[in-house]
Amino acid sequence: MTANGIIQIFLFLFVLLLAVKPLGSFMTRVFQREKTFLDPFLGPLERLIYRLSGVNPEEEMDWKQNALAMLLFNFLGLIVVYSLQRLQQFLPLNPQGVGGVSPDLSFNTAVSFASNTNWQAYGGETTMSYLTQMLALTVQNFLSAATGIALLILIIRGIARHSSKTLGNFWVDMTRCMLYVLLPLSMVLALFLVSQGVVQNFSPYATVSLLEPTKDTSGSIVTEQVIAMGPAASQIAIKQLGTNGGGFFNVNSAHPFENPTPLSNYFEMLAIVLIAAALCYTYGAMVKDTRQGWALIAAMLIMFIPAVFSMYFAEMNGNPKLPVSAINRQTSNTNPGGNMEGKEDRFGIANSALWTVATTSASNGSVNAMHDSYTPLGGLVALLMMHLGEVVFGGVGSGLYGMLVFVIVAVFVAGLLVGRTPEYLGHKIEAYEMKMASLLILIMPLTVLFFTALAVVTTAGKSAVLNSGPHGFSEILYAFTSQGNNNGSAFAGISVNNPFYNLAGGIAMLIGRYWLAVPTLALAGSLARKKFIPASEGTLPTHTPLFIFWLVAIVLIVGALNFLPALALGPVVEHLLMIQ
Amino acid sequence: MSSSSSKELKRPLGFTGTIFRRALLESLTKLNPRLMVRNPVMFVVEAGSVITTALWFQALLGSGEAPAWFIGSVSGWLWLTVLFANFSEALAEGRGKAQADALRKARRDMPAKLLSEPKSRSPFTTVSSTILKKGDVFLAEAGDIVASDGEVLEGIASVDESAITGESAPVIRESGGDRSAVTGGTRVLSDWLIIRVTVEAGGGFLDRMIHMIEGAKRQKTPNEIALNILLSAFTIIFIGVCLSLLPFSLYSIEAAGQGSPVTVTVLIALLVCLIPTTIGGLLSAIGIAGMDRMIRHNVIATSGRAIEAAGDVDVLLLDKTGTITLGNRMATEFTPAPGISRERLADAAQLASLADETPEGRSIVILAKEKYGLRGRDVHDIHAHFVPFSAQTRMSGADIQPEGKNGSRIIRKGAADAIRMYVEETGGTFPGAIHQIVQEISRLGATPLVVVENQEVLGVIHLKDIVKGGIKARFAHLRKMGIKTVMITGDNKLTATAIAAEAGVDDFLAEAKPEDKLKLIREYQKGGRLVAMTGDGTNDAPALAQADVAVAMNTGTQSAREAANMVDLDSNPTKLLEIVEIGKQLLMTRGTLTTFSIANDVAKYFAIIPAAFTTTYPVLKILNVMNLASPESAILSAVIFNALIIVALIPLALKGVGYRAMSAAQLLRRHLLIYGVGGVIAPFIGIKLIDMLMGALKLV
Repeated sequence: MTANGIIQIFLFLFVLLLAVKPLGSFMTRVFQREKTFLDPFLGPLERLIYRLSGVNPEEEMDWKQNALAMLLFNFLGLIVVYSLQRLQQFLPLNPQGVGGVSPDLSFNTAVSFASNTNWQAYGGETTMSYLTQMLALTVQNFLSAATGIALLILIIRGIARHSSKTLGNFWVDMTRCMLYVLLPLSMVLALFLVSQGVVQNFSPYATVSLLEPTKDTSGSIVTEQVIAMGPAASQIAIKQLGTNGGGFFNVNSAHPFENPTPLSNYFEMLAIVLIAAALCYTYGAMVKDTRQGWALIAAMLIMFIPAVFSMYFAEMNGNPKLPVSAINRQTSNTNPGGNMEGKEDRFGIANSALWTVATTSASNGSVNAMHDSYTPLGGLVALLMMHLGEVVFGGVGSGLYGMLVFVIVAVFVAGLLVGRTPEYLGHKIEAYEMKMASLLILIMPLTVLFFTALAVVTTAGKSAVLNSGPHGFSEILYAFTSQGNNNGSAFAGISVNNPFYNLAGGIAMLIGRYWLAVPTLALAGSLARKKFIPASEGTLPTHTPLFIFWLVAIVLIVGALNFLPALALGPVVEHLLMIQ
Repeated sequence: MSSSSSKELKRPLGFTGTIFRRALLESLTKLNPRLMVRNPVMFVVEAGSVITTALWFQALLGSGEAPAWFIGSVSGWLWLTVLFANFSEALAEGRGKAQADALRKARRDMPAKLLSEPKSRSPFTTVSSTILKKGDVFLAEAGDIVASDGEVLEGIASVDESAITGESAPVIRESGGDRSAVTGGTRVLSDWLIIRVTVEAGGGFLDRMIHMIEGAKRQKTPNEIALNILLSAFTIIFIGVCLSLLPFSLYSIEAAGQGSPVTVTVLIALLVCLIPTTIGGLLSAIGIAGMDRMIRHNVIATSGRAIEAAGDVDVLLLDKTGTITLGNRMATEFTPAPGISRERLADAAQLASLADETPEGRSIVILAKEKYGLRGRDVHDIHAHFVPFSAQTRMSGADIQPEGKNGSRIIRKGAADAIRMYVEETGGTFPGAIHQIVQEISRLGATPLVVVENQEVLGVIHLKDIVKGGIKARFAHLRKMGIKTVMITGDNKLTATAIAAEAGVDDFLAEAKPEDKLKLIREYQKGGRLVAMTGDGTNDAPALAQADVAVAMNTGTQSAREAANMVDLDSNPTKLLEIVEIGKQLLMTRGTLTTFSIANDVAKYFAIIPAAFTTTYPVLKILNVMNLASPESAILSAVIFNALIIVALIPLALKGVGYRAMSAAQLLRRHLLIYGVGGVIAPFIGIKLIDMLMGALKLV
């Protein structure tokens, strides 16, 4: 590890933490429908939307009505994305004339973008028309992120309220999230990205002459290259801010038109975790105890920082099997050293490792380096961050509500340890809450393990794997871990655009998103109905270092412990074989 | 449990050989899957035992997936795991059953003298107690056993209630007032009572007690249900983890080109090691033992729910008298009537109290001695005839007839109105000045006792409340635990303030009427607090019914006992503090064992994963950090540790985790260190030791 790399990592964390409070308190104002500096511009638009859609913003709904609204809205989005893909060859804005997308891939992509997973079994520039990219994918980038945040806000209200039947209005939270948070931030980031060289046009793909002619696999000489174009910047901004992660181009943020400079890389990385981190503050502010929010950020950082450094360390060590004559693993002023395979020269190891941990922990899924080419331990860290249940920052909204479920479990066991019926922020945690929390913690590991097991014993599953040995196992495990956790990043090394992976993955993404969202809403609905219990000396404080440590332990035990055998058979064995 | 409270145990009932034998037998009958399914964790273990047994038979026939001795050993230890869990439950139930048997002896059919009409001398017919109906009236005379729960209509008698309370000192039962309830199965020692039956046959207090103790009506408490759900979730996850390992293993063999698939036996062994069997096996025993601890403190709870709620209580309403102060008051001052010297009053008061063995009486003698130098005189020297306190006269005193001297002294002391009646009946006058003094003393919360000699009122003795020793420290402990103490007293504010400050309670309610108590409880509950209180009188019943944890004194009225969810057979109001501790202990024991159980998994993974996959990936042996001798030994050691830890923790489950008064954060730190960190480390040591032992004995 170099001093330069370490400084860059800490600079990232520093700026992130600086941004948490301002953005967090701004979002608090937005969701509590207080005045903001954007009201003069957006207020009339907001009221117009309510009038046109017939939503009464003063009307509150209980958890079931909100869940139904969310499900219907997402289902509608899913249908639109599916249809646009199937029909794109008949629709405008298709300069490359790409054909309709196959039913299974359309299904997988529609689920993927509706569920904020943004797993891509396709290459953007070869599969999707500009219209599909904009109307289907970019729109879903916004809506799925707004859905996650709106769900979180409803759930926060459940915790903040007492003796209340309602949680708020999903439509209002969606609208305000879109207008006041996602659109302004995306606009600023998109403009910045354009300034760095990210493309934003409707031009047909450019054909340029190669400076140095090369040969293709059949041996014929190639002198020209096609360079893909399109309205990329507008999608990239929300892809990072909304923890979507679906690349406009196939190689995602490693592509120079998506992520051209170290500066664009820095701000895109910040954008990946920015809203998720700031929402922790919003949470604290909305439950009227900002310490609760900071405690959650602290718990997340306790898992995040060691992960970054473990991955950085593993990548700097590189692969000892490679002969020194072939690869110089020593770091110098002119040589990055370590394992540069699959990484971009303009980012280097520190920024690739930091990005990878950010994108896997935050359920973003965009990549600026190829995870398949990481060292086994580097890959293990990426897997582990997802196995924790995407609660270290996690997806916007969904990460924090996932973490709150872990908080409930931690509070429950801690409550027993101190001899008192557990309570969290004045709510008693009883059988119903544990039922919902149990449903939530068991569904992710079961989904991931089931589909991985299915894939490793079926020909359809095995034949798609391009690598042999434990690495092949890691690739399959990664594919379902990523989809089951709505992350969307790919290990690659596996050809996933086939009916088996498209359907299995699609189901895993549906379960990962909605099976978790609905019981969490139910949990919030139940908490909101409860009477307030004032805190006393016998109440366990949930903002202390001790509780933070306990919460981290619970996340590790419930999340990671279940995957220990699978990890042992994948990256761990691979590592042991490598250093043998 | 604090050491002071364990000394008070009335029913130390240890584990006799019979209980052990019965528990051993029952751990077998509890294998019935229909019973086991109530406990999902252990049900999974039983299913695993059945499957491994089948695999063992298959291996014996020569076509096993692993050597028969290995499968057989795993299977045997899995069966033992289930049996150990059953044994812990049977053991916990056993003590209760033994007590229930003792109680049942008191409940057997007995004759009842059924009266045709509720009058003392009306004729009776002797019938069996089983046909007594609610509303029937029967007579119980000296030597009779009271045939049913009821209310005394007439008479006063001393009753031996040891069958229920274990306390041999007889108690007084009389008509009217707060001592009118009698319990079926108790024995009248002197005099007679006319009793109206208040319960239907089989619904009496004794019956309910037997039910409770036997656990026949035992239902899972809310918190236990919630924990069971979480444990089931863990179990389901680990079933998924273990099921997926077979495909993973098959794929790995293909990938590595070597090795044999992980056997079903090993997968089941891993599953049983991973699922929280330690807490799952002991959960039921913990709950029963909690109730049992209550019983051994002579508290009968009507439901496990009440015991659990006791741990959550945040407000204790405590009656001043008997709980915070000693029930008896102490003399602190003599105030003479006008024209009477203080010494004369002291002398008369002492004489009147010489034979008075009540604490009040003794305190008067001592005060007179210490303050006025009047030495206690020998009772025989002064030829005194002592008149003990009686309920009719409500006075006590002495008639002194000095030998050879004229003029006898008839001295009486008693409550102001009793003395006034006595004086006025005999033609004397009760001076207005005394009246004023009496009122003054009452106003300050002390009790005035008026002393009269030969119709001449001499003055007044102040009797003051004495705060119980050590109670202040106890309240401080409660405060640390986040429990607020509120003193309820009929005293005026002035006195209440003084006593509250002296006892260190957080708050008090002075001049409290029964309905004020109810109002106060409702107020606290509206604020989200859980309230506990004790009570005995009929007028306490509404408040008892409203409180979350309501402890009725056994000496109390029938209605109080019915409104409460616990009955203290010792009728000791301070017991509430122990009840809270037992409730907390119950939850803590569950919490610590859950943490321990889950923390154990780390070591078990390190024992079993390398063992299970070492033929496919020999490099994985680096994960064998305990350096266990062989794969078979590693897996067996983990399974054996998992089984033995249940036995090792049975005493903890039955006794409960030691209670300490500290804040929630301190408790959490302590328990996480012991049971969390300890739970990670202990199995590494335990499994290694078992492995070494098996190696030394050449078992594997």
